Amino acid sequence: MDVGLFAQYVMNGLMLGMMYALVAVGFTLFFGVLDIIKFSHGDVLTVGAFVALATFAGLHAAGFNSQWLDLVIMLAVATLAMAALGMLIARYLVMPLRSAPALNTLLITLMLGTVLREAVRLFYPQGANPKPFPALLPQNSIDLGSLNLRLDNVLMLAAGAAVIVGLQFLLNRTKLGLAIRAVAQDEETARTMGVNFTAIVLVTFAIGSGLAAFAGVMNGLYYNEINFGIGLYLGVIGFSAAIIGGLGSIYGAILGGFLFAGLQTVGTVLLPFASAYKDVFAFAVVIAIMAWRPTGLIQEKISERV
Amino acid sequence: MIRTSKATAIGLTAAILVFMAATADAKDKVKVGFIGPLTGGVSVNGIGGRNSADLAVKLRNADVKAKYEYELVVLDDECKPNVAVQVATKMAADKDIIAAATHYCSATAIATVDTYHKFGFPVIVWGAVLPDITYRNKYAEIHRVNGTMINQNDANAELVSKLGYKTVAVIHDTTDYGKGHNEYFSKALAKIGKAKIVGTFGVTAEQQDFTAELTQIKALNPEVIYFGGLTPIGVRIRSQMDKLGIKAVFDATSGIVSDAYIQGLGPLAEGTLAFREGAPTEKLPGGKFFLEKYNAQKYDGPPEAYGAFAYAAMDMILNTIEKVGPDRKKVIADLGNVKDRDSIVGKITFDDHGQNTVALITKYVIQDGKFVEWDESEYASGKRKLPGQK
Repeated sequence: MDVGLFAQYVMNGLMLGMMYALVAVGFTLFFGVLDIIKFSHGDVLTVGAFVALATFAGLHAAGFNSQWLDLVIMLAVATLAMAALGMLIARYLVMPLRSAPALNTLLITLMLGTVLREAVRLFYPQGANPKPFPALLPQNSIDLGSLNLRLDNVLMLAAGAAVIVGLQFLLNRTKLGLAIRAVAQDEETARTMGVNFTAIVLVTFAIGSGLAAFAGVMNGLYYNEINFGIGLYLGVIGFSAAIIGGLGSIYGAILGGFLFAGLQTVGTVLLPFASAYKDVFAFAVVIAIMAWRPTGLIQEKISERV
Repeated sequence: MIRTSKATAIGLTAAILVFMAATADAKDKVKVGFIGPLTGGVSVNGIGGRNSADLAVKLRNADVKAKYEYELVVLDDECKPNVAVQVATKMAADKDIIAAATHYCSATAIATVDTYHKFGFPVIVWGAVLPDITYRNKYAEIHRVNGTMINQNDANAELVSKLGYKTVAVIHDTTDYGKGHNEYFSKALAKIGKAKIVGTFGVTAEQQDFTAELTQIKALNPEVIYFGGLTPIGVRIRSQMDKLGIKAVFDATSGIVSDAYIQGLGPLAEGTLAFREGAPTEKLPGGKFFLEKYNAQKYDGPPEAYGAFAYAAMDMILNTIEKVGPDRKKVIADLGNVKDRDSIVGKITFDDHGQNTVALITKYVIQDGKFVEWDESEYASGKRKLPGQK
């Protein structure tokens, strides 16, 4: 395989991995603070992407034509709207079920995901059809042999990396981050230390859902097409990535996301059989990893053992 | 007090009158069915078909000469084989439903043929194009008004060869539908012998990311990318081809003949090839009549590519019930003997497998955001050129 082709595969894999990682980080955050799996996460991403698209249509109708300004406003609206949606979900669906078995939360968020997905399909104009997503980043590209290096991909990777670094900073260097980590480690102790438990849970859900909206916009910009089903698949993969990385660990989620994208690319390129089996291959490896490290590649520092 | 009793009396009289009118005019109620994908990625096509079948029933019920009053039972197969078998069983097990127009997706149509056969339930397929649906078995219950994908892939391979292309890469979804397209296209291309297939890629029907497959295709550098699958992933593949700087001709099938394909891609749709059985709706013998009536109903979406076939299938069912009565066995017997029957899609003749034999294929190219017939397009006249067209 020549170098250019290899570089192209790496680039494709990195873009996929970045999106998976952003989704996986959400799963891991929610699990960290509340020990729950929020299955509607992928569909929040879909709604985020569609909110961004609707915002773009609105801006366009109002006569805005600056690409950068459009993009910034779209991102801001989508992220804030999904942060608000995330808080609503946490406040009215997840927190009331705190004392119920964890399965109930899983089930209720799974159903909410279907509601969100079908709502996009039914209520967004012509929502059942694939929608073109505007290309708002510079379309310049350099053709280096077999590698078509696009400026927009590089920008998106950089933005994704910046968001993840920013999140790390927030969690490890700020008071809010300290509170989130405290709640994640021990709810009771955090409460006695004066941490407002409810507020921290809501903020965490807002952050996770905002990240999903960011990933949704990135998905739209990368593929220039969104549809009501994008979140379902990304949700399943993001969840798996979070699990293999080690649920509750941010680094684990990021590692899991890139690992999964790498597996899929390898599955398509190097395996002799049809690329249709790439997911079979990727998930089979995930199963093998789970058997080898049941708590994920990067384990939570403190895990409760009975 | 007096006023209320007066009002009651008037109400009562009105109710009696309505009741009398209803009984005096009452026809026997007969149920007929429709199955198609009403939710999911190809639901526009399913809803277009549902509306068209509904139109056939409405027009019949408005006809004073009709012997029965028809009620349409609609079920959703979601384009998923497992769901399709459930709804097919549900419909076939209901003895009140006499016959049905069924399935847009080949994967669901092929999954349900045994069910219909087991229950002795007559169906007319209105949109699915996999040949096996009628040809794998010889079930008296199964009929189809639209053509099969064999014919369209012959026409496709012929056009690609005629345009002088030598190398083709194939992407197909791994449902029965996509696999069928791959099989018949590959056969047809090999038979002509001018172009060769440099690589074949099976992809899942819900896949989002095709960059890995397309990067491999880019290395193979084909002149044409043939795509056997439906609109949602067709849009994604075409758009991601552009992202990777692949300049090949995008050569697709009847699966993308839908306005959703053009809306999903915008200017990128330009120059996509597609093929379909039958003529464009407005050019069908009864196309004008159909579109007029359809538009008058103000449905929530267009009839889409196969709406006219759904109408023709339902209309044929209603004609048969009018003729032989609401009895499944008699309906099957009558449908076993269909020759040169007039319909809005032209004359219909079923062969011994229940397949309509009138094979008319229309070649399309997308030009300025519209499906234009190839022979009338500026690409055929040489005014515009597809990538690599000589």
